[in-house]
Amino acid sequence: MSPYEEVILDHWRHPRNKGRLVNPDMVGVEANPLCGDVVRLELKLRDGKVEDVRFDGQGCAISQAASSLLTEMIQGRPVADVAAVKDDDLLSALGGVIRTRLSCAVLPLRALRKALAQAPKEGGR
Amino acid sequence: MMDATVRADFPILRRAVGDRPLIYLDSAATSHKPEAVVEAEARFYREANANVRRGVYRLSAAATDLYEEARAKVAALIGAIPEEVIFTRGTTEALNLAAYAVGEARVGPEDEVLVTEMEHHANLIPWQEMARRRGARVRAVAVTPGGELDWDDFRQKLSPRTKAVAVAHVSNVLGTVNPIPEIAAAAHAVGAVVVVDAAQSVPHMPLRVGELGADLVAFSGHKMLGPTGIGALWGRAELLAELPPFLTGGEMIREVSLDRATWADPPAKFEAGTPPIAQAVGLGAAVDYLQGIGMDEVRRHGRELTSLALAGLLDRPYVTVYGPLDPAARGALVAFSVDGIHPHDVATLLDEEGIAIRAGHHCAQPLHRRLGVPATCRASFYVYNTGEEVAAFLAAVDRAWEALA
Ligand SMILES: Cc1ncc(COP(=O)(O)O)c(C=O)c1O
Repeated sequence: MSPYEEVILDHWRHPRNKGRLVNPDMVGVEANPLCGDVVRLELKLRDGKVEDVRFDGQGCAISQAASSLLTEMIQGRPVADVAAVKDDDLLSALGGVIRTRLSCAVLPLRALRKALAQAPKEGGR
Repeated sequence: MMDATVRADFPILRRAVGDRPLIYLDSAATSHKPEAVVEAEARFYREANANVRRGVYRLSAAATDLYEEARAKVAALIGAIPEEVIFTRGTTEALNLAAYAVGEARVGPEDEVLVTEMEHHANLIPWQEMARRRGARVRAVAVTPGGELDWDDFRQKLSPRTKAVAVAHVSNVLGTVNPIPEIAAAAHAVGAVVVVDAAQSVPHMPLRVGELGADLVAFSGHKMLGPTGIGALWGRAELLAELPPFLTGGEMIREVSLDRATWADPPAKFEAGTPPIAQAVGLGAAVDYLQGIGMDEVRRHGRELTSLALAGLLDRPYVTVYGPLDPAARGALVAFSVDGIHPHDVATLLDEEGIAIRAGHHCAQPLHRRLGVPATCRASFYVYNTGEEVAAFLAAVDRAWEALA
């Protein structure tokens, strides 16, 4: 296993769903102050599903690629499924992550869980 | 040229990382140990193990002799007398001892302690905590964009209220060698105690405490080829006599009754409990090893590798180097960053090639805030590193940049 599998390089070079939503229903921000990585996830919900998702952030290739990949994993999925995404699901989708960098890879998941812990705003349906 | 047999003395350098030979460029975090040090520590346990300063029997006397011999070796390395060398667990404990004891003896409400923006957390937080307990205030001397101490700011912040000046001899991030004799002269003129964090200088350059001019000097054994768990605080004899103990308990007393105790003379006064005996013996062997090379040669070799690394990094337009550009004004380390790539990614990519460098804030968050980055990469060098390793490192930095930029 190389620490930068093709999937990580691809998402790092070509981030998907990067940016901001207008009026997101849920927002979660997680940071690692020790290294300066920051990830912000925004969700728009419709009929109990993730209608739209964006991430924004800065930091290392692993945290940013993981964020990008996670947005693809949850786009269009029922909220209940999204809430059930495990660390290992993301790690294996990334092609495996070396031990010393696990906390970088799971940063967007921590942001996602923070977002889901919020009560949906009015109009979030 | 550093003798090529030096490398062969370090067994760990024969190991591989994955399928690559280890290129270890993180000696500023901890150095490797020559066989002589590993063996000295093991031999102590095999042949001379006993507690020190308490047994009447000959084995204990022999262990005590070895422990005190190690103290004499460390003292000789820095031009001190053995009674002025206190063994501690390392720089961190030595600086905690210094801050606590100086605080108790010299610092009161409204007083000030002067630190610098480039301090390792070990030479910052003990002073913050002491100031909080004593109602005093910590002020920090600014660092210039070139990575040097701002001398005007130092003169401005130094005042008769300043009871202690705590400063690194060599910054573990910028590599800057601070002008301790000048700082000490100015600080002494206002009656302040001068405490020097020498964790990155004692291992790498000749140092005489008499010429340094400081009052207390802290360093770690594990960064100078010695074991972990042992370090030292050197202190001027008159000051050590004045300062109260930090830790109390066995082996540091003269007389004890149920409601009070009197202290033994330094250094025992500051060495409560069973000390790291085998580790001290190992440190003594490390000092022997360094003296065998000669500290001038250690310094010359470190400067040569640092010059190579610095020139190579400065040559690369996508690399930013932190700290002084003149290798003669530096310790044996270089901190840098690669445009658009997080330091942790650089370190992980280099690790793939068996090259160990440090990435992070290097226990100097306020300095990184001043530099405007959350983290940096750092390569550091020691007696066992070679010019070829520096070349391999520079080529790997190029590949890291190509991989992720
Ligand atoms: C400048 C400086 N001060 C203090 C320390 C702390 O040393 P130790 O962890 O050995 O106590 C270090 C090393 O980590 C250092 O580089």
